[in-house]
Amino acid sequence: MLKKCLVFFVVMILASPLFAASRKNSLQIKGSDTMVNLGQAWAERYMEKCQQEFIAVTGGGSGTGLSSLISGTCDIAMSSRNIKQKEIVLAKAKGINPYEIKVALDGLAVVVNPANPLDKLTTDQLAGIFTGRVSNWKDLGGKDEKIVILSREVNSGTHVYFKEHVLRKNDPNSKEEFVPRALLLSSSQAIADEVAGNPAAIGYYGMGYISSKQKPVHVAKDGKSEYIAPTIENVVSGKYPISRPLFLYTNGEPKNLVKKFVDYALSKEGQDIVLKTDFVPVNK
Amino acid sequence: MRKVKEFIVEKLILICGLACIFFVVLIFLFLLKEGLAVFKIVSPLQFLSGKSWYPISEPPQLGILPLILGSLFVTVGAAIISIPIGVACAIYIAEVAPKKIKEILKAGIELLAAIPSVVLGFIGMVTLVPWVKSIFHLPTGLTALSGSIMLAFMAMPTIVSIAEDALYSVPKNYKEGALALGATEWQTIWRVLLPAASSGILAAVMLGIGRVIGETMAVMMITGNAAVIPSSILQPVRTLTATIAAEMGEAVVGGEHYFALFAIGIVLFVISFAINVSADLFLHRSK
Repeated sequence: MLKKCLVFFVVMILASPLFAASRKNSLQIKGSDTMVNLGQAWAERYMEKCQQEFIAVTGGGSGTGLSSLISGTCDIAMSSRNIKQKEIVLAKAKGINPYEIKVALDGLAVVVNPANPLDKLTTDQLAGIFTGRVSNWKDLGGKDEKIVILSREVNSGTHVYFKEHVLRKNDPNSKEEFVPRALLLSSSQAIADEVAGNPAAIGYYGMGYISSKQKPVHVAKDGKSEYIAPTIENVVSGKYPISRPLFLYTNGEPKNLVKKFVDYALSKEGQDIVLKTDFVPVNK
Repeated sequence: MRKVKEFIVEKLILICGLACIFFVVLIFLFLLKEGLAVFKIVSPLQFLSGKSWYPISEPPQLGILPLILGSLFVTVGAAIISIPIGVACAIYIAEVAPKKIKEILKAGIELLAAIPSVVLGFIGMVTLVPWVKSIFHLPTGLTALSGSIMLAFMAMPTIVSIAEDALYSVPKNYKEGALALGATEWQTIWRVLLPAASSGILAAVMLGIGRVIGETMAVMMITGNAAVIPSSILQPVRTLTATIAAEMGEAVVGGEHYFALFAIGIVLFVISFAINVSADLFLHRSK
């Protein structure tokens, strides 16, 4: 026991310069689960280049990131949706000035189990499914099976984006909501797993999570348009109807360390990482 | 000198004792302060009986009836499963089992209590959920029933160990008297021991239920979290605890969503307080 204590103290003493250093040269980045992998990839490469700086990246959801930016517990918030008016008001009240930087694009894939015969849907049909107006696969030309709707939790920017752009079709006065019986899962991975194991399920997440165990549905804007697959080319060209910008938010215009990191994210190298993590670069 | 020492130690212990109560009061006051603010936006009646929970919409709809019912369904389900098994297990350990088996069983039950709830949730997700789905031919296995079964495992150790204590503390001469009058073992257990230990067993049940209603991680992982008013135990539900855990990160400090989550905290606090107090009453009656 005594020995253990001793070892602990020695380690603490040796490590204390590290802590001291990290306080000065460290950045806290927090927010969107969709962007966590991207943020971490940036941070790793960035730290390789600038050895004495330290960047911590954590997820939790866009709302989580923005609310910690507002309460001053992080330096940069990652968000997969625009900041809400209400959040800006709250931030101003706390003396924080959210500044928006668009860093990447993301296509939202709608996925079903590979055993599901359906492979294309219009956005109208998608809205019908997720608001509960259509509840059986046979109404869409599939098997006679109840549709199991999977959604992300409300702290997810993906949830908010999907609601505003697919369910409400960008109409700010629309009152459409996810049907209450939609299952709210806490991560994109949980949705991927459930879709992989459930032939009646339908879910949505960022393109990066597509694997061979799920089948991405081709989506058309309306009945007359072409059905488009969620691929990087189609998102870049703007053909795929459900794609969204990804943002970093900082307090005021970026300065010092924050600016250095944001510049890195927007640099050629940073945007190459965007592509590698299955998102779409903004600076081509 | 000795007196001074005595005095200091006495006061120190007093302070420790008071600190406990002090913290509980502080926590409760904080809950009230943050939670009651939500009633500026919705009336308490609307809050408790509202049928839709859309906290991030404009304007937010803050009705927690589906969440209360979700917690209720899961808890009642877990109680129905865990009480008979738990009490029967306690009877077996206290009265029937030979000494060797008794020791093994007791150790096993303590081990069950030691499994972290997130591990139980994970096991439930990969084994129980697909199983429930295929047995009942459901569209999804993420249901209140899955949550109930998993939570029953969590309530069982509490129920067994307290009920066993209660049975053990029934005076030996009750049992001897009953047997001497010619009652069989079963008659003795059913007619004499169980009634004599009833208040202790009730307390065990109450504490077990208290554990279930406050549990978060496992239910969040396996009940599906759909805020519907459930009509059967084979449907997905969203519980009070899972709602707080899943949404606390999103809520902006000082927003109405944040206040609503604290108000849910008050509701939970009141429920578990009521359960613990009634358990306490039963326990005291038995003494």
